[in-house]
Amino acid sequence: MKQLEYALFTGCTAKESTPEQLMSTYAVANKLGIKIVELVEASCCGASHLQDYDDFLSLVLNARNIAYAEKRGMTMITICNTCQINTAMTKHRLDHDAALKARVNEKLAEVGLEYKGTSEIKHFLYALIDDFGLDQIQSMVSVPLSQFNIAPFYGCHNIRPSELQHESNGGENPYNPRSLDDLIAALGGKSVDYEEKNKCCGFHAELQAPHTAAMLTGKALMGAMDQNADWMVTPCPLCHLKLDTQYAHASKAVGRDVKMPVLHMQQMVGLALGCSKEELGLKHHVSEVNFI
Amino acid sequence: MVSEITTTRVTFKVFRFNMETDYLPYYKTYEMDVTSEEVVLDILNRIKWEFDGSFSYRRSCRHGICGACAIKVNGKGVLACKERINDLIAMFGTELRFDPLSEKRAIKDMIIDKKDFWVKHEQVNPYLDSHIEEHPDMECAVTPAQAEALLDADYCIQCGLCHYSCPVIEINEEYIGPAAFAKAYRFNADVRDDGIDHRIDIINAPGAGVWDCVKCYECTQVCPKEVDPFEKITKLHNQVFEHGRALNNVATRHAVGFAHSIKKHGLLDEGELVRYSEGNLGVMKHVPVAIKMFTKGKIVLPWNMPKSENLDEIQKLVKSSSTAKF
Ligand code: SF4
Ligand code: SF4
Ligand code: FES
Repeated sequence: MKQLEYALFTGCTAKESTPEQLMSTYAVANKLGIKIVELVEASCCGASHLQDYDDFLSLVLNARNIAYAEKRGMTMITICNTCQINTAMTKHRLDHDAALKARVNEKLAEVGLEYKGTSEIKHFLYALIDDFGLDQIQSMVSVPLSQFNIAPFYGCHNIRPSELQHESNGGENPYNPRSLDDLIAALGGKSVDYEEKNKCCGFHAELQAPHTAAMLTGKALMGAMDQNADWMVTPCPLCHLKLDTQYAHASKAVGRDVKMPVLHMQQMVGLALGCSKEELGLKHHVSEVNFI
Repeated sequence: MVSEITTTRVTFKVFRFNMETDYLPYYKTYEMDVTSEEVVLDILNRIKWEFDGSFSYRRSCRHGICGACAIKVNGKGVLACKERINDLIAMFGTELRFDPLSEKRAIKDMIIDKKDFWVKHEQVNPYLDSHIEEHPDMECAVTPAQAEALLDADYCIQCGLCHYSCPVIEINEEYIGPAAFAKAYRFNADVRDDGIDHRIDIINAPGAGVWDCVKCYECTQVCPKEVDPFEKITKLHNQVFEHGRALNNVATRHAVGFAHSIKKHGLLDEGELVRYSEGNLGVMKHVPVAIKMFTKGKIVLPWNMPKSENLDEIQKLVKSSSTAKF
């Protein structure tokens, strides 16, 4: 197989509140022999909030990030569901609206860049599954996760809306997503089925609607606990922040003590591939990873 | 070419409840052979005709236009008269569960009390707010481009699928919800309308308004008419600023804070965003979690804040491409 190469858009959280996510991305890529070039010039994607204030600015900034992947002639991978949707949505809108693309490119020309639409954009999860291959990953597992019940938490922005997720990214069925379940199985674990696995964690309204956000987080943790999950896994660092650090608010909202270890998708893969817990940054969790 | 009709044996687990006689709802199982031509509504009819005449559900047009027949199948909101059973089998297998759109609003079987939906609808002034001349000299023409500005928001059939798939509706009774937001946009975008500022103030209210949306895209996903309520919600957010009606509160500052941060670092300064959004007092409530995060190496201190390379480009673009004011 030809070596896979990607331009990595890290997003902001990987550089700040979830350093373990960036560490484990590199650990897994190294193990699998995937080459990663970091898009060091990239800005924040606006996290689906900047667009509420200034939609055009959000488009220009995201188009600039994509332009840097295009300049390198590479597919862009994201490691955050919200980075994924903002970037892919920008691509979708510019590719379907020539006038808008021209307006954005007029701005990018001021800094000597151009958005062309030549780079694909996908989450690292789907790069692993669709490009590298589940069978291939399975054959490289050295520490099967066979003693664990693992609850997948998909995160909205990787599975909805279908139209966009089919155009770029995994093309998951939002009502019955499979990727994480399949990945868990390939790594030797047992995936847990529960009602909330494709629901929202509440992250984006945490500041302005804390009760709503805490309820959603609490329901997700409760759903996983009630189906006997040992831990949860998510491809999204924002879901991770919510599930990993907000259990006190979540427990209060749902009236039950809800707390369990939550791993990033990359950390789970890394564990099965035999990466050390230092490489995977397991000490950076607020809900301690106590099973290793 | 006509494709061959196939038959599959399917088990239907159906929510049954009669508000007047039952204390709790229960599920009843019906097994039947289903052909590839049948839609969910055919099965609802067959349950009533072949198994239990008291089984109740709403339908009228059986043509995807009255919006009456919306239910949930294995959690997926569908119009019963449009959704093919075979597509559902491909998605979920041969055991299918039928539920009303909202269990807590169930009256009888698939029939729910949609009162809250209509109250929210009413709340956004869902009509043209305009002084129409009673005896005009000429017609009030709307150009094709002006009609397109509605972005298909006028296609809504008020089926309630988005409203009862929205997780915020389930938690926050005040929340206006995706269908009514799409309706508010539909009239705000109408050139003949004069009620936009008033409507903006309604959808801008903390608790009830667009700022409480968790951005989950459930509404856009489920809508059978491709109204894309989430797109309209974003447009409403934009109108709040365009019309200078933004309140200075945690929600608006949270959106605006991104622009400040990007201008300074390229990346988002997470800590500063929370401080700016909440204010110096409000931020205090986040301290307990922040301390835990700090001990786990999850907080970057201001002097270590990472920056994007070629930051000058970003700053130039923020300057030249900004279109909003706060
Ligand atoms: S995107 Fe917003 S309005 Fe739509 S379903 Fe989710 S929370 Fe509700
Ligand atoms: S927006 Fe779509 S899903 Fe919502 S009520 Fe209207 S037609 Fe139904
Ligand atoms: S019966 Fe009218 S929409 Fe289904």
